[in-house]
Amino acid sequence: MTILGLTALVFCGSLLAGLVGSLTGLGGGIIITPLLTLLLGVDIHYAIGAALVSVIATSSGAAAAYVKEGFSNIRIGMLMEIATTTGAVLGASLALHVPTSAIAVIFGLVLIYSAAMSLRAHDVGDAADKPDAIAQALELDSTYPTSGGLKGYHVHHVVTGSCLMLGAGILSGLLGIGSGALKVIALDEAMRIPFKVSTTTSNFMIGVTAAASVGLYLKHGYIDPGLGMPVMLGVLAGAFLGARLLPRMKTSVLRHAFSAVIAILAVEMIYHGLTGKL
Amino acid sequence: MDNKSGGWTDQRIEAIIGDLLRAGVVFSGAIVAIGGMVYLIHQGNTVPHYGVFHGEPSDLRSVTGIVRDGLARRGRGIIQLGLLFLIATPVARVVFSIFAFAVQRDWLYVVVTLIVLAVLMFSLTGGQV
Repeated sequence: MTILGLTALVFCGSLLAGLVGSLTGLGGGIIITPLLTLLLGVDIHYAIGAALVSVIATSSGAAAAYVKEGFSNIRIGMLMEIATTTGAVLGASLALHVPTSAIAVIFGLVLIYSAAMSLRAHDVGDAADKPDAIAQALELDSTYPTSGGLKGYHVHHVVTGSCLMLGAGILSGLLGIGSGALKVIALDEAMRIPFKVSTTTSNFMIGVTAAASVGLYLKHGYIDPGLGMPVMLGVLAGAFLGARLLPRMKTSVLRHAFSAVIAILAVEMIYHGLTGKL
Repeated sequence: MDNKSGGWTDQRIEAIIGDLLRAGVVFSGAIVAIGGMVYLIHQGNTVPHYGVFHGEPSDLRSVTGIVRDGLARRGRGIIQLGLLFLIATPVARVVFSIFAFAVQRDWLYVVVTLIVLAVLMFSLTGGQV
């Protein structure tokens, strides 16, 4: 295949990844690496570099539309970014020493986890909840727009949330993914933030997290312009489309379909990692 | 947090951040697209070797090298320059947030944001643990 053919293929795959990734809040990055390595035979180091680029593009592209809707919480995002960026630097440093096959297996496990987590029900703590002292001291409680006007919410378990975010950052730096699944868990399961707010706040944080590990990847030659170009442009086109569709879409069917795809890719990644084919 | 100081509400800050991110993405996307065209016109018909990792040449690994290649109008250099702008977009958002929290006199979050910026700068200048 020529560069032209490969570029077209990578562009189309990335467009799909960006669209589905932004609709489900999982980020397109998570399927960029399996797509490039399993389907196109690209070395995993290049794939991770391109995925990091896609992660920044998805986050910035979709966040531009989300923040205007008033769904995200910039204080929670910034506070949690201390944990995610620190984790990202640790993870990227770790990636330089961990063997390729181990990265593939860890990647597969994280994919399975993400698929499973995206299927769980979103039980949102109701608004009558008691406020949390730490969250109040940190000015985290806020409101978000619903069909019935602005609705207030309280934030809980800030420390637990931060620990989960550190883990999300490490995985992001190690695997070149946005770790959207883990971030959303930290935000809505631990900190009990409404689903729309957690999805958009997570999406918002992903770009900064990825930027924190990308310096190391660039320095070690993992960012290839020939792959970065179609991945970035494709994912951007998809993410812009996704952000437009999100406010009026029911994403449950899509989540199930996407989870199934991710699970299949996960098994493939683990198999290839264990047999040393990656 | 509402109206702590002259009209700089969270909503307005978020709207500006939204515009900033969009502008950064559109700008870097345009540069990457231009670089992509140059690259495909010159090298589109050759066969790529992505199956084996050998790393990028040193001029595509550092900010100064990328800027030099980009200005020389080499396709891959221009793309890499665009990718650098893309990476700079979330960093710019963090820098702007420091300013925004300062205008709101929310010193707690000025400090929080400065910490995030410090970690970002540590990584982007090639620091590793």
